[in-house]
Amino acid sequence: MLRIDKLNFSYGDLKVLWDVDLEVRDREIVTVVGANGAGKSTILKNVSRLVRPSSGALRFGDVDLRRLASHEVVELGVVHVPEGRRIFPEMTVLENLRMGSFPRATRQDRARNIERAFTLFPRLKERQKQLGGTMSGGEQQMLAIARGLMGNPKLLLLDEPSLGLSPLLVKNIFEIIREINRQGTTILLVEQNVYQSLRLASRAYVLETGRVVLSGTGAELLDNAHVKKAFLGM
Amino acid sequence: MVAFAQSVPGAVLILGGGVPALAGTELGPRMMVFLQSVLSGVLVGGVYALIGIGLTMIFGVMRVTNFAHGELVMLGMYLTWGLFHWLRLDPFLSIVLVAPALFLWGAFLQRAFVNRVLDALPQNQILLTIGLGLVMSNGVMLAFTSDYRILTTSYSSASYDLAGISVSKPLLYAFLVTVAITVLLYGFLLRTDTGQAIRATAQDREAAQLMGINVRWTSMLAFGIGAALAGAAGALISPTYYIFPQVGSAFTLKAFVIVVLGGMGSVVGATLGGVIIGLTESLAAVYIAGGLKDLVVFVLFLALLVFKPSGLLGKTRA
Repeated sequence: MLRIDKLNFSYGDLKVLWDVDLEVRDREIVTVVGANGAGKSTILKNVSRLVRPSSGALRFGDVDLRRLASHEVVELGVVHVPEGRRIFPEMTVLENLRMGSFPRATRQDRARNIERAFTLFPRLKERQKQLGGTMSGGEQQMLAIARGLMGNPKLLLLDEPSLGLSPLLVKNIFEIIREINRQGTTILLVEQNVYQSLRLASRAYVLETGRVVLSGTGAELLDNAHVKKAFLGM
Repeated sequence: MVAFAQSVPGAVLILGGGVPALAGTELGPRMMVFLQSVLSGVLVGGVYALIGIGLTMIFGVMRVTNFAHGELVMLGMYLTWGLFHWLRLDPFLSIVLVAPALFLWGAFLQRAFVNRVLDALPQNQILLTIGLGLVMSNGVMLAFTSDYRILTTSYSSASYDLAGISVSKPLLYAFLVTVAITVLLYGFLLRTDTGQAIRATAQDREAAQLMGINVRWTSMLAFGIGAALAGAAGALISPTYYIFPQVGSAFTLKAFVIVVLGGMGSVVGATLGGVIIGLTESLAAVYIAGGLKDLVVFVLFLALLVFKPSGLLGKTRA
């Protein structure tokens, strides 16, 4: 579904990604784990075309993503839920959701998708008239994911959805990610919460200072000595 | 700066000394003068608001302050004058031609020039927009000379008498049209997908891209709408102001004050700011001195910057 080959990327003189290869297949949950600053978010930004790679190939199905602008990637069904939620602060919850279905092809499903979002996140239904900027971090994260789902994603890119949430909410968010996947959406998840995300993943990649150092199924990596030592404190 | 010394003439003709016949009214003459100047201030302020809303929309979406904004008002005035002079088209009707023309012109300016400096340093953006303004005002001067033009309609100096308070007809019409345009604009920004996309772009440009919004397109649209509002304002005031190539600079400055006063990027703030500036000018002209009204406006502006730098409705940005 998504294929990344030999992706290199630099912020000015600072090289961030080195020959990254990554694949996401239909219906999978693939996670990229690694420390802060390893370049995880940068991979997602390359896919959603917020940044331009120095070299390498990015393909979604048989479409070359390097030829597209950000909004065209969204129209293909690749939706990026960014780090830090990035809720429109002066729009209500409902308006934020409506913006998620801005692409013309998704507008006909708007009412149904809003219902679906309210079923997944009942809290959002209670808060629908509230301004996005006045909600708590956990509520904003729910809204960010719900807003992403409004665009009928085939592939959902999730960047650190657990960041800054209480342990209970983290558990909740991971359950919801699993549920979204069960309903048919492929997921590429980037996380610092290594344990939880490896448990969830069909396959995973470990990223260290911009290089993929390990890959395998979630279970394999949970058992890996290096992963245990470096990320799980065992 | 030249612009500080330059007040907008014309309005004074109709408003400044507007002390009507007061005999036989129940309210005292002082009260009548007060009400008169408040009313005049609100009417002019409405048009100012229209200019300010355009500038604040452009700033909100692009983070570029358009220092050519007054020149867009000026173009609107000349276009209206031309349509009246050659085709006898009423200035209030000509809005339906002037606003779309300025929309296209603004969208062109954004695409051809402003779009290239979106990531540039603020001082470079300012140089560009000031330059565009100079080209426009000097272009008009080449074509029409720097002579003052007056657009005199049958109702240019007519007024209604409202219980002893005189209400200038052209300013009242201008105000009513302004209210209608503002209501339509609010509806567009709040209710339509395209309008919401413009607001989304202003609130978080990158997140807007991730929603599938083409921000290059919303930017062009916002500049076009801003220019159309400036042009409409130009058309609305053409029956009451002198029309000359340099008239724009005073409006640029006024619009800038309005936008900062309301909070950079806030459409509601600009609406409020426009009315406040109109009121301040009008009251200052009556109670202090006609020549000092700009001074009062700028003192008020500086005081606001000292005590509430984010503007009346602005958010403090990190």
